[in-house]
Amino acid sequence: MADPTSPLVTLTRPYRAVLSSRIRSQRSYRANFTIDLVSSLLVGIVELAEVGVLFLNVDRLGGLEFTQILIVFGLADLAFSVADLAFGHCDNLPTYLRAGTLDVFYLRPQPLLLQLITSNISLRRLARAMVGLASLVTGLVLADVDWSFAAVALLLVSALSGIATFAAMFVWAAGAQFFLIDGAEATNAFVYGGRYAASQPASVWNRPLKVVFGFFFPMAFTAYLPTVTLLGLPGTDLMPSWLGWCAPLAAIFTWAMALLSWRIGVRHYRGGGG
Amino acid sequence: MPTSIQTTGRTSWRPYWRILVAGFRRQSTYRLAALGGLIANTTFGLLKVAILFATVRAAGGDLNGYDIGTISAYIWISQGLLGSVNLNGRSDIATRIKDGGIVVDFLRPLSVQAASVATEVGQSIFALIPRGLPTVSIGVLVVGMNVPSAASGYLLGALSLLLGIVVSATTVYLVAAAGFWLVETRGLQILYMVVSGFFAGLFVPIDLFPNALRIVAECTPFPSMLMYPVDVLSGRVVGMDALGLVGLQVLWLVLTALAGHLMTRAGRRKLEVQGG
Repeated sequence: MADPTSPLVTLTRPYRAVLSSRIRSQRSYRANFTIDLVSSLLVGIVELAEVGVLFLNVDRLGGLEFTQILIVFGLADLAFSVADLAFGHCDNLPTYLRAGTLDVFYLRPQPLLLQLITSNISLRRLARAMVGLASLVTGLVLADVDWSFAAVALLLVSALSGIATFAAMFVWAAGAQFFLIDGAEATNAFVYGGRYAASQPASVWNRPLKVVFGFFFPMAFTAYLPTVTLLGLPGTDLMPSWLGWCAPLAAIFTWAMALLSWRIGVRHYRGGGG
Repeated sequence: MPTSIQTTGRTSWRPYWRILVAGFRRQSTYRLAALGGLIANTTFGLLKVAILFATVRAAGGDLNGYDIGTISAYIWISQGLLGSVNLNGRSDIATRIKDGGIVVDFLRPLSVQAASVATEVGQSIFALIPRGLPTVSIGVLVVGMNVPSAASGYLLGALSLLLGIVVSATTVYLVAAAGFWLVETRGLQILYMVVSGFFAGLFVPIDLFPNALRIVAECTPFPSMLMYPVDVLSGRVVGMDALGLVGLQVLWLVLTALAGHLMTRAGRRKLEVQGG
């Protein structure tokens, strides 16, 4: 890595320069950055509270106890926040499209998608990732986990696949923006709706929801299914207990869909005029 | 500051009415945006149905006073109101205060606050057509839900709905008006976005909150925007209790409007336009 002549170092230099300047710029407005961190932390806490409030009224939901749902929520929120940190910026694409500023990106000798992703990074999401991590660790300590090498591997693989899956969702949505422009909210249904779905026990869904958020947008693979596999809970309709091991397949499938969507979108784009 | 220009002595409602209608018509041009919003509202609605129905069933059919029919009404009416109630804290007037465009607004013989609220309300009322009604219809037709049994319920419900929309506009105005002192109100806006949905009862009805948290929520204007209109419209709260909720909405309307008025008056003297 330290070798300054290695092709990887040369290749990534422009991206690293942009990213480090973005990071510095966020930290230099200290008051704003603090507010951002606190708000981001609050978002995580409020979302956890929304789940917690339900469990004040019942003991079990979709076959899971509160300590077990903490693992689901933790995995989902951790993966989503990390993906959001790096890829959430894709949400700004409609603004660039409307203002015609996307054309500037075309003038630079770098791939469009890479530029879009690396043009900003939202450090404030780290605060929300911490809420997810805290929830995950608490759940793992309190729930009855049968620790083994396989269990640790499952957790790591699921967390990484979850991040990749959510990241792909942002890219998928960005590709669709080239067609939607004003209708950006339609993709929110699946990106942010997907995050909401990911933190739920998929066992409460009916079949259509399972098809949409279980398999087509494989949200159940980011948190619920790995948790079921980890805890050795019985599977449900369409979702056997071992399915949690397939999280990497879900991530690959989502990325294939995302890159296809991005490619079609970019091909469709005809410039902002001007 | 030429204060004499603003106060013309006679108060006419007509310009504000026209601003409201203009807001309504402006929103009607964003059809694709409305469709996108409808898709998002419906998808979230179906996910809420899954988790909240499961919660009601796990509680043995009675979740702190909610059964399947009332929780369904809560879900679909609140999803339908999302396009009309501002739970993100953003407003055009906030941008105008930040970039200095507000100076022009102050020169007009209109109340800046009333004009801003009228625009927001006009846009919100329009959003009921492409987002509100279809979302609730999907709830009624696909899932099924409780509706008020008497005509008076609908009348009071409509009034409560309108009050909710106006309270949301007057409260968001307060976030914008803080910009007279803060210049950059993004932090405040994000804070509003985080807190408002939760306390308005967007994801979980506030009656399911632990007592202390519910009292905190009731001390904010947020339940007046969503929770109370939903309770009245769905017929979950009726009679004197429903009138009580509407009374609370009126109280919050007066409080937020008064605060906005005072902030505008003070902010006008404090206003400092950046750049030149």
